[in-house]
Amino acid sequence: MVEQRFDAIVVGAGPSGNAAAYTLAKEGLNVLQLERGEYAGSKNVQGAILYSDALEKLIPNFREDAPLERHVIEQRLWMLDDASYTGMHYRSEEFNEEKPNRYTIIRAQFDKWFSQKVRDAGATVLYETTVKELIRNTSGKVIGVQTDREDGAVMADVVILAEGVNGLVGQRSGLRDELKPDTVALAVKEMHFLPRDVIESRFNLKGDEGVVIEAMGSVTLGMTGTAFLYTNEESISVGIGCLVSDFTEKREAPYELLERFKSHPAIAPLLAGSEVKEYAAHLIPEGGYNAIPSLFGDGWLMVGDAGHFVNAVHREGSNLAMTTGRVAAETVVRLHRMRKEMTKTNLAEYQERLEKTFVLKDMRKYRKIPAFLHGNKETLFGLYPRLLSKAAQTWFRVDGLDKKAKEKAIVSSFRQARTLRGMIGDAFKLARAWR
Amino acid sequence: MSTETDAVKVEEKLYYNRYVVDAGRPHVKIRPHEVPSQALLALTKICPAGCYALNDKGQVEVTPDGCMECGTCRIVCADTHDIEWNYPRGGFGVLFKFG
Ligand SMILES: Cc1cc2nc3c(=O)[nH]c(=O)nc-3n(C[C@H](O)[C@H](O)[C@H](O)COP(=O)(O)OP(=O)(O)OC[C@H]3O[C@@H](n4cnc5c(N)ncnc54)[C@H](O)[C@@H]3O)c2cc1C
Ligand code: SF4
Repeated sequence: MVEQRFDAIVVGAGPSGNAAAYTLAKEGLNVLQLERGEYAGSKNVQGAILYSDALEKLIPNFREDAPLERHVIEQRLWMLDDASYTGMHYRSEEFNEEKPNRYTIIRAQFDKWFSQKVRDAGATVLYETTVKELIRNTSGKVIGVQTDREDGAVMADVVILAEGVNGLVGQRSGLRDELKPDTVALAVKEMHFLPRDVIESRFNLKGDEGVVIEAMGSVTLGMTGTAFLYTNEESISVGIGCLVSDFTEKREAPYELLERFKSHPAIAPLLAGSEVKEYAAHLIPEGGYNAIPSLFGDGWLMVGDAGHFVNAVHREGSNLAMTTGRVAAETVVRLHRMRKEMTKTNLAEYQERLEKTFVLKDMRKYRKIPAFLHGNKETLFGLYPRLLSKAAQTWFRVDGLDKKAKEKAIVSSFRQARTLRGMIGDAFKLARAWR
Repeated sequence: MSTETDAVKVEEKLYYNRYVVDAGRPHVKIRPHEVPSQALLALTKICPAGCYALNDKGQVEVTPDGCMECGTCRIVCADTHDIEWNYPRGGFGVLFKFG
């Protein structure tokens, strides 16, 4: 199909694959990147918040031409009950800095831009090409990939698997286990278009300022999950996701959940009058540290969602993807320069390098969270939001009842629903999982 | 539950999306069965594109034209081996404009 031998092959053109291919090509390696979509981004879905730091390490001046929507100046965290919500807002003028820390983006456009940078750096990028399997030599070392093109075998010293959460190549080649329904969330998302002045007045914004809302509570019907609403320049991204095992158990339709969220009295006015232009679905790896598979072997490395690199607590994924992609590529570049073989022993340097970055430190810090959230979903995603909003309502309603009686009522409603021991136990378990 | 939203038509949502369907080459297939497994039955509810439905013989059928390639059905049926799942050929399938 193309020149048959490369220094490295990168499977996938999401943030992890682009970061890897970009780094390799910039350092002068002969790189082939394969992407099954018609263009980079055509298969990809994200909320989407972009964290500057990870991209800045690759392309320091990305702000000059990257398709960024709004920089985030306000974060809202909402606990929803059926008719009410309790929330926290944090807004700071300091986020209007010269080099903002977080932006909203539209993934299909962002990936296309990033892919252009990869090509400019000198990589060969082939779209509309699905990798079917890895090619190994007699001793089992990965030496190339088989694609769905005619004469579709290509060879390389090393293959970087950046194929995302639904990574068939790694799984079918036995490099990692099949995903388990309780380690992945299914998210659905819609794009709602509105004129920018309407968005700005609804969210109290000027210029390119943006707001993001994360919501949890009764909208997920007791399933482990969260919902979100992010402002873009002329559109709003709105979505909701829950663990696949919970969807299966409850037999809830994801799009009905999304409709419920959109029609919640806290959300509906923000979307009123908008025109929907897309409906998307995607998995998110949420098993945390314990779900991370082996990341390297003879002739191969795994990066991004394929390596289960998502921090579900902080809703970070693309920055871990870019960082793992970059670090994998840096490892390959060093070995290449030293004319060392891409063996399992030598590629172990990738993991050693990752240990020193925030990626593995953060993943390890939250290793107990997934089990905790899953084991306590009824309380955390159903009971507490309800209790909290009931308490707030009792507190704020002026109805002739004296304040002391109100306090008592609040405490007893908590105690009735969940014993004091239970509540202390939950707090304790949460604190422990957090550590 | 949620009777007020039961009326949502997922087909209308899929209508916003762009697809290049690889005619005659479905990328998701169901193994022939007499009685569907619990996993297959769950898919008639949880596939985000509504690709799975019961036919009048009580078997589950799939029409993957509106599939968004999320992979949920593959994972749910990993142990039961009810379905055969592959990516569409390069360039085919869903094409997100925004994602
Ligand atoms: C709804 C949702 C909201 C999210 N919100 C955020 C957020 O706000 N901030 C954040 O940082 N992260 C967020 N994430 C997580 C983030 O999107 C992922 O962590 C990130 O996209 C992972 O990047 P990746 O490159 O590893 O994988 P992907 O972006 O999935 O890219 C994989 C690429 O590989 C290609 N591919 C797969 N298999 C093959 C094959 N066999 N042959 C050729 N090509 C192939 C795919 O087409 C795709 O382009 C969110 C995710 C979802 C689903
Ligand atoms: S991959 Fe997702 S959208 Fe496609 S049929 Fe399976 S569950 Fe439905």
